[in-house]
Amino acid sequence: MTREGRERLAQALAIVFVAGLSLALREDDFALFLVARVLIVVIACLGLNVQFGYAGVVNFAGATFFGVGGYMAAVLSRGTGVPHLFILVAGGIAAALAGCVLILPVLRTRGHYAALVTIAFALLFRTFLEVNDSLGGPQGLKLPELRIGPWRFNEPIALGRFEASFLLNYVILALFLAALAFALVVRVDRSWIGVQLDAVRLDETSAAAFGIPIARAKITAFTLGNFLAGVAGALSAHMVGFIAPNNYSFGESLILVSILLLGGIGNPWGLPLAAAIVIVLPEQLQVIQEYRYLLYAGLVILILLFRPNGLVPRPLRRLGGA
Amino acid sequence: MGALLRCNGLTRKFGGVVALDGLDLQVEEGEILGLIGPNGSGKTTFFNVLTGVFPATSGEARFGEMPITNFSPQAVYQAGIARTFQRSRLCLPLSLFDNLMVGNHKNLDHGLWFNVVRRRALKRQIEEGRKAARELLELFDPPLAGRLFEPASRVPMIDRRRIEICRALIGKPRLLLLDEPSAGMTRDETRRLMDDLLEARRRLGRLTIVLIEHEMSVIERVTDRCVVLNYGKKIAEGAYRQVAEDPLVRQAYLGLS
Repeated sequence: MTREGRERLAQALAIVFVAGLSLALREDDFALFLVARVLIVVIACLGLNVQFGYAGVVNFAGATFFGVGGYMAAVLSRGTGVPHLFILVAGGIAAALAGCVLILPVLRTRGHYAALVTIAFALLFRTFLEVNDSLGGPQGLKLPELRIGPWRFNEPIALGRFEASFLLNYVILALFLAALAFALVVRVDRSWIGVQLDAVRLDETSAAAFGIPIARAKITAFTLGNFLAGVAGALSAHMVGFIAPNNYSFGESLILVSILLLGGIGNPWGLPLAAAIVIVLPEQLQVIQEYRYLLYAGLVILILLFRPNGLVPRPLRRLGGA
Repeated sequence: MGALLRCNGLTRKFGGVVALDGLDLQVEEGEILGLIGPNGSGKTTFFNVLTGVFPATSGEARFGEMPITNFSPQAVYQAGIARTFQRSRLCLPLSLFDNLMVGNHKNLDHGLWFNVVRRRALKRQIEEGRKAARELLELFDPPLAGRLFEPASRVPMIDRRRIEICRALIGKPRLLLLDEPSAGMTRDETRRLMDDLLEARRRLGRLTIVLIEHEMSVIERVTDRCVVLNYGKKIAEGAYRQVAEDPLVRQAYLGLS
């Protein structure tokens, strides 16, 4: 079987696995919530993967762009009659536009300085939300249920004898969007754009000497990444039904980055596994209370010590299959 | 035959240091010009100014009819000048094929729509790219053509140099700038690399080359003409034998008075 064929099979199996798991857990609200949350975080991390892993653009404000998408969704669904499917896209566009504010400083700085710029932006965003009463201030905003056509997301599912929690709706949509985002990111990687972004990350001087427009490549990657984070944020806001500045702290951004490192930077295949570990593990360890963070931090450190390239290191690109 | 590249009074200062001092230089169509001089004499600075890595402080450069002074590196590449670097600048984690395709940038479609949605057309372009890469490597070093999908980090230095030169050649430039291709290689490896280069050039048509080199045997063997720099100034010009006899050149290299 060709490599492409194997990957298609793996993708199909992953989707079937998540679908099967969700069906098995259909009555368990909390478990379904975690599954949907993992999928949503995977979408956001796929975006960060394009930025960090491909173009080498650091972004420590992942949760901020996630939040921009969430707030956009809240404002639109509360104040307008825009169809909700468009609201998800609008969340992505809003995040991509918010990223434009950062483009100049991001293009002009590198490494630690670029990290600081994005951290500063994350802090500014939170402060802005907290003092802005029309966006709910520190109390945040409530969102109405998600509706796409006749599909009402907050109604429990009842098809004949099949019954399931309303959260299964969100799992289905999140799974669909995650698969779409995954295909997009893999396609970007396996194309001239992927080669171009890698060249920019690895050596800007030689990339420029062969005609690669550095600024445009970085802007493309940054904007695409923020768009994905924004879509994920909009979906998450609808699922939770409530957003507040506290959900979009710098700590949340660090969690997204740690998922990226854990999974294997530059490789989308490691992200679902890493996201599942980072999100589900602390919840499963509730019994040991606050010690769970100690255990979890230890695990992350161990993985990075012994697998510095992540759980699933990035393979060599083989354009045209070989 | 006219001059392909013509530089007048090209100057580059770094603070108080004049790295390139009013350089007048012509490269004729189809020749191999050797650029020599002691360390720090401004050879690499000349390449960097020419290819837009640093802007010139003053002076001008024309490529054919086109003024290219202070063009961006991207525009210089589009105009038809390709270069290699003194220190190897391949993307080591990428495959040899990916590295070659970086040099093929101007023949590839980089639109988001084309790359993400029109996968069939992309696939055809990838096939064309692979064909071009294989053909060039067949000509340059046939065994490498079978190793397109090995990471650059896993091939020896001489093959990295070959790939770097091929990366510069694959976009079919009119002028090739080679910055010390023998750096970090043995004498024997250098000789083989130069054989490959001359052979490839013979088959590709008379490509114009400017070669920076410290290995005088290489300069003697491959160049038609030499320009000698010292402290950013041209101190001699002519055939290698003639230049090597020049008292100013001997003084610059050996410190003889």
